[in-house]
Amino acid sequence: MTSDINTKPAAPLLDRADTRVRHDAGISGAIRGFLDRVRSGDLGSLPVVVGLAIIWTVFQSLNPVFLSSNNLVNLLFDSSTVGVIALGIVCILMVGEIDLSVGSVSGFASAMVGVLWVNAGWPVGVAILAALAVGAIFGLLYAALFNRLGMPSFVSTLAGLLAVLGLQLYVLGSSGSINLPYGSAVVNLGQTLVMPHAVAYALAAIAGIAVLVSGLRTAARRRAAGLTPQSMAGLVARALILTVVLEIVIFYLNGDRGVPWMFGLFVGLVVAMDYALTRTKWGRSMTAVGGNREAARRSGINVRFIYMSAFALCSTLAALGGVMSAARLASASQQAGTGDVNLNAIAAAVIGGTSLFGGRGNAYSALLGIIVIQSIASGLTLLDLSSSLRYMITGGVLAVAVIVDSLARRSRVSHGRA
Amino acid sequence: MTNTSPAMTPAGETVLSLRGICKQFGAVSALTDIDLDVHAGEVVALVGDNGAGKSTLVKVLAGVHQATSGTMTFGGKPVALTGPNDALALGIATVFQDLALCENLDVVANIFLGKELQPLALDEVTMEIRAWTLLNELSARIPSVREPIASLSGGQRQTVAIARSLLLEPKLIMLDEPTAALGVAQTAEVLNLIERVRDRGLGVIMISHNMEDVRAVADRIVVLRLGRNNGVFYPDTSNQELVSAITGAADNAVSRRSGRRQAERELTTEERA
Repeated sequence: MTSDINTKPAAPLLDRADTRVRHDAGISGAIRGFLDRVRSGDLGSLPVVVGLAIIWTVFQSLNPVFLSSNNLVNLLFDSSTVGVIALGIVCILMVGEIDLSVGSVSGFASAMVGVLWVNAGWPVGVAILAALAVGAIFGLLYAALFNRLGMPSFVSTLAGLLAVLGLQLYVLGSSGSINLPYGSAVVNLGQTLVMPHAVAYALAAIAGIAVLVSGLRTAARRRAAGLTPQSMAGLVARALILTVVLEIVIFYLNGDRGVPWMFGLFVGLVVAMDYALTRTKWGRSMTAVGGNREAARRSGINVRFIYMSAFALCSTLAALGGVMSAARLASASQQAGTGDVNLNAIAAAVIGGTSLFGGRGNAYSALLGIIVIQSIASGLTLLDLSSSLRYMITGGVLAVAVIVDSLARRSRVSHGRA
Repeated sequence: MTNTSPAMTPAGETVLSLRGICKQFGAVSALTDIDLDVHAGEVVALVGDNGAGKSTLVKVLAGVHQATSGTMTFGGKPVALTGPNDALALGIATVFQDLALCENLDVVANIFLGKELQPLALDEVTMEIRAWTLLNELSARIPSVREPIASLSGGQRQTVAIARSLLLEPKLIMLDEPTAALGVAQTAEVLNLIERVRDRGLGVIMISHNMEDVRAVADRIVVLRLGRNNGVFYPDTSNQELVSAITGAADNAVSRRSGRRQAERELTTEERA
């Protein structure tokens, strides 16, 4: 077979031998491919971008303070805490399971930091590490229940939600609330620390350059190997658009305080998670287990280990989110992690485009989703609406997001792209 | 492709040897006292009616199920398979009847699933080239290796599953109904491939309901019936004899039907248990 191809004078590239397939090239091709994907139900980030545009337009017309730099900087501070929890939810949804106890785990982690650091006088770093380790232990426990006893994660984490909340109330004791010292590095990180303006601009530029350089390297390798490289114009356009949009956003935020370091930490985690999910064997295994568990097992993937890593990572990130929200509020209280934290984290992941059905999603959905959720919360707060309305509206948005997910999934099945 | 060539009579050393393999699912004995030998450079066809235990035996050999009792020797050493990873590590590759592909992953990801190059920074370019090479060897008609498996037809999926089994250069390859969903050209390619693999000195176990295919490539035909060995035949065995071994009766629906249609032929059989 191969020898035939080689003897022809102009052998088609290895991946262009099939004449039935249309290959989109250039920018117009990229747009056509995008429209095809959307039509067949592969929506990606489209719903969230459209949703965000609608939400921002509505709130801005109702209250012009909404899109001010000051409010957006606050929004980024608030997004980071629940966003980190949502990142863990992305992880667990990838393997098709769920963790309903992330709110409680985050609350317990903040309580632990308060008790160990303020009450017991541990160094703050050690207290935070202890909280993260305990978070990981909860995840390992769920994984053991799931792997060894076959307990559905829905039930085990629902039980965990109550049990861990009980633990949180227990360690906080009668006082019910511990104030973290103002002026400490942790509280500063949560409340005031922003990147120097130059650093923020530089980071945005580095992001664009990184996209460009890695794209160019891949293209060169593909060309050398006899595969079609991706279009140069598309790559340059993508890198350019990314850099320009980021720089404009940062310029606007720098009009007020600037980009919070805590948000930088969150974005850094998102980028790291995206790399892990798409460019490593572990991430490939996560997607495979979420798509077809038995097929993954027969390929020699250690399915139990994959579930264990997903549960542990989810709980650890929930604990980290809890520590960050304690820093944001400068306190560890009985209310931390209760109320809508759980649902906001899950809603953020789903709204951002991670499927509840497993095997489909990406780390950026936590980032996009949490900005939607926080925009709604922030907008409703600015309008001075009661939390009763806030809950109802957030619930409605979550329902819409899941409906979009389900419909897109059905469309993917009928277009053969499930 | 009959067994007349002298080159194939001295089969290589025994790759796989099963003695007294039993597998019980609760009260059901899916396999009872199965003995099976596979030599290097030999194609063994496993045939039997539905429910004869063929797929169960393949799953035991692939480490998907664990045998209830019995011994397994691979490459001269006794082995115990506790999971699919053990089988893969020994060099036993399997194409399952249900293919076991992840529909949400693309072709390259499926072929390399569990064996990705550079675990910490996946080498997509090398993997893609290797995938195309494997698929071209099977003269596959795959439009793009970057499409999810869900967009492929049944035959294309089967080719992907076969390509995946060849990736790791196995010592023994098991194909459970490899040609069931394939077109004429792809079936011929798979049969050619089985011969090529055999000529490279690998052992091949093939399950098929298609007696044409079985006769075309098999060196030995092992018949299972109701979870037990029911005779070993050679490709020159008559159809009628094979069918009666498969169904367990000389007088059965298939032979009555074919008896009406064609005259009796001279039979030469060797039966070894």
